Amino acid sequence: MAYVPLADQDSEQELHHPKSWVTEWVFSQDHKVIAIQYGGIAIAVGIVALVLSLLMRMQLGFPDTFDLIDPSQYYQSVTMHGMIMVVYMLTALLLGGFGNYMIPLMVGARDMVFPFLNMLSVWTYFLSVLILLASFFVTGGPTGAGWTIYPPQATMAGTPGHDMGIVLMLASLAVFIVAFTMGGLNYVTTILQYRCRGLTMMRLPLTVWGLFIATILGLFAFPALLVSAVMMLFDTLAGTSFFMPAVIEAGTPLDYNGGSPILFQHLFWFFGHPEVYIVALPAFGLVSDVLSTHARKNIFGYRMMVWALIAIGGLSFIVWAHHMYVSGMHPYFGFFFATTTLIIAVPTALKVYNWVLTLWEGDIRLNAPMYFAIGFIFTFIHGGLTGLFLGNVVIDLPLSDTYFVVAHFHMVMGVSPVLVLFAALYHWYPKVTGRMFNEPMAKAHFWITFLGTYAIYLPMHYLGFLGVPRRYYALGETDFIPESAQDLNAAITIAALIVGVAQILFFINIFWSLRYGKKAGPNPWGSASLEWQTPDTPPVHGNWGAELPTVYRWAYDYSVPGAHQDFIPQNVPENEEPTADEQHFDPDHDQSKANL
Amino acid sequence: MSEAALTQAGPQEGMDGLVDDWSSDKQTYHVPWGKAMMWIFLVSDTFIFTCFLTAYLHVRLTTTEPWPVQGAIFALSLFGSDPIPLILIALMTFILITSSGTMALAVNMGYRKDKEKAFWLICATAFFGLCFVGMQMFEWSKLILDEGIRPWENPFGAAQFGSIFFMITGFHGLHVSGGVIYLMWVALRVRRGHYDDKGYEIIEIVGLYWHFVDLVWVFIFAFFYLL
Repeated sequence: MAYVPLADQDSEQELHHPKSWVTEWVFSQDHKVIAIQYGGIAIAVGIVALVLSLLMRMQLGFPDTFDLIDPSQYYQSVTMHGMIMVVYMLTALLLGGFGNYMIPLMVGARDMVFPFLNMLSVWTYFLSVLILLASFFVTGGPTGAGWTIYPPQATMAGTPGHDMGIVLMLASLAVFIVAFTMGGLNYVTTILQYRCRGLTMMRLPLTVWGLFIATILGLFAFPALLVSAVMMLFDTLAGTSFFMPAVIEAGTPLDYNGGSPILFQHLFWFFGHPEVYIVALPAFGLVSDVLSTHARKNIFGYRMMVWALIAIGGLSFIVWAHHMYVSGMHPYFGFFFATTTLIIAVPTALKVYNWVLTLWEGDIRLNAPMYFAIGFIFTFIHGGLTGLFLGNVVIDLPLSDTYFVVAHFHMVMGVSPVLVLFAALYHWYPKVTGRMFNEPMAKAHFWITFLGTYAIYLPMHYLGFLGVPRRYYALGETDFIPESAQDLNAAITIAALIVGVAQILFFINIFWSLRYGKKAGPNPWGSASLEWQTPDTPPVHGNWGAELPTVYRWAYDYSVPGAHQDFIPQNVPENEEPTADEQHFDPDHDQSKANL
Repeated sequence: MSEAALTQAGPQEGMDGLVDDWSSDKQTYHVPWGKAMMWIFLVSDTFIFTCFLTAYLHVRLTTTEPWPVQGAIFALSLFGSDPIPLILIALMTFILITSSGTMALAVNMGYRKDKEKAFWLICATAFFGLCFVGMQMFEWSKLILDEGIRPWENPFGAAQFGSIFFMITGFHGLHVSGGVIYLMWVALRVRRGHYDDKGYEIIEIVGLYWHFVDLVWVFIFAFFYLL
């Protein structure tokens, strides 16, 4: 049975070209339109989460001044902020947004392999967001159980939203997982089966590798969340006792018996820890490409970078219980999971070294995306190092449930991926819209965001060491917490408000530039990877015009000695490469300088 | 490396073949994308059932009341005999495995482009699938109406017995029902000659799903009914 690879078929004929406005922009099967829809919904729901965090900060910083939220609403804000940011914003924007936009362009395909399923994916995602947001308007409001929604507390009286809120949250998660699966199957299959001629796996840009591994993690980890959501829905709606032990609610014994709350924690974190890397790995990939392009240098240790992504992906499935050191599980478990957690720091550190070495002796162009990418290296090292503290059982026990944990995960998987997202949004903005953004405004946006990040989260580490507990509505009078802690809280709130408001700069920039930005041209950054080599900017439906491209080299041929310009696009044939003699006599790259 | 060197000659065996496939351009597996996508989906679905079964084993160990004896509950009198343990389940398992056989034949007939036989064999597979779902409905109604087993309680011991039973067999039954619809859809398109140009890999793809649902049933049978 001879099967013709997709890259050798003339798939242009099979593409369904839209004939009406609705099929072109609403129910579109074009991966680029779907990407923008995914991104738009994710950013919109992200703004909701940002506003919730500012409400919490105003309460924490000035507990007696503002009367915006009561304790129940505070818990609901904590929960919805966390869940929206992790799942509905970061996961959807990185995989649904960037995954959809980048994968077909970077692998030289006309679209995803199954465009119709892709369209279903984005609309199912939209449905899950609607269900989630609906919980703000039902009796009792959204769930306030924290983003980990641990039973039995999540479904018992006293927890805000224990009646309808938690049901809608679980239903929304289940729908989201269906949406993710439909998209994820497309991403993985497209990368495996729809690469253009000459594009081997080891010639793929790291963005594609990051998205590839992260999607596989998602396809293996989200089932655990789906199962726990289904079981918890049964506990709530059908009166089963999967997670509910015999328990007394406000003096009345409930009709539950013999369930295992710790089972939920295991299932949740079997999803929850890979989820961290579902967010982080695409960010690693995107930032690698941005750094390499703007440093005019090939990414350092490409093969190591790929294998590190694979190693992190594999290890991420055997570290989950480091979130459960205080849950009362067996201490030997803690020993095992602390060990694997510290091992995962090795490939991660390798990536950081390689990013720094990519900058080493590079011809660095300090464009706005590069600001954000370098900023990411700082915040990621910072957040990663505090992760080593929390990965050890004995250090984690006193720090658990304090602001140290809040500071850690906001640095490592809040701010870091967000900085990469801004880097990537600015970097690929000219390709998506055909226009340049306003550079000074983007840099102002960077400095406020980056410095503000440290103003917000550095003091939180200190608060954590003081023992200030997380998830508290107000500190009040506490013996072991000095009054000055409240001053720090006020300072953090002011910084958070400034950073929050400063994000308006980003939106002004992208909307203003859409109309008034100067024309970007096909390849403003001089990038070598395939997505910049499309015949049209922005790329049209079908991406590649009459014929699919052919790739002759990897995506990182920057500053190749003797070449006509400082980058060689992936689709330039090798006979245009410089000869070996020219390379040996390049004065800028002779051996003496390399040894300095 | 020239372009010609990257174009693979064809599938190779063993480790060399694996390396060859993963280092090639254009595609990693020599299969249509639909088949690759189905395999990836099935691996993901495996995680769902693994989580269900792991959760079941955990719950069975931690529950406070004793676990009921399945042999006594899943027993059926045939023609006035003494109750025979697991007879219905054994029959259901037999039917489902038979349907895998007809499915495999259908795949073969599809590749031979024998549309008529392929159509009828897929219909037979779907029919066996419907038989399975029907027997499961009978089993459920017997347990609910005659034995008084509910998701939240049952007269035989730990309440989780009923919860797990209805959840896992229900989830599997939904898979079988979805599979029957999928099979019928493919069967109709086979009959209409929809795949004459595209090739008949679609029968193998739906077959992969069907065999997977069978395999999952074997694990449910082993872990829930026998263990």
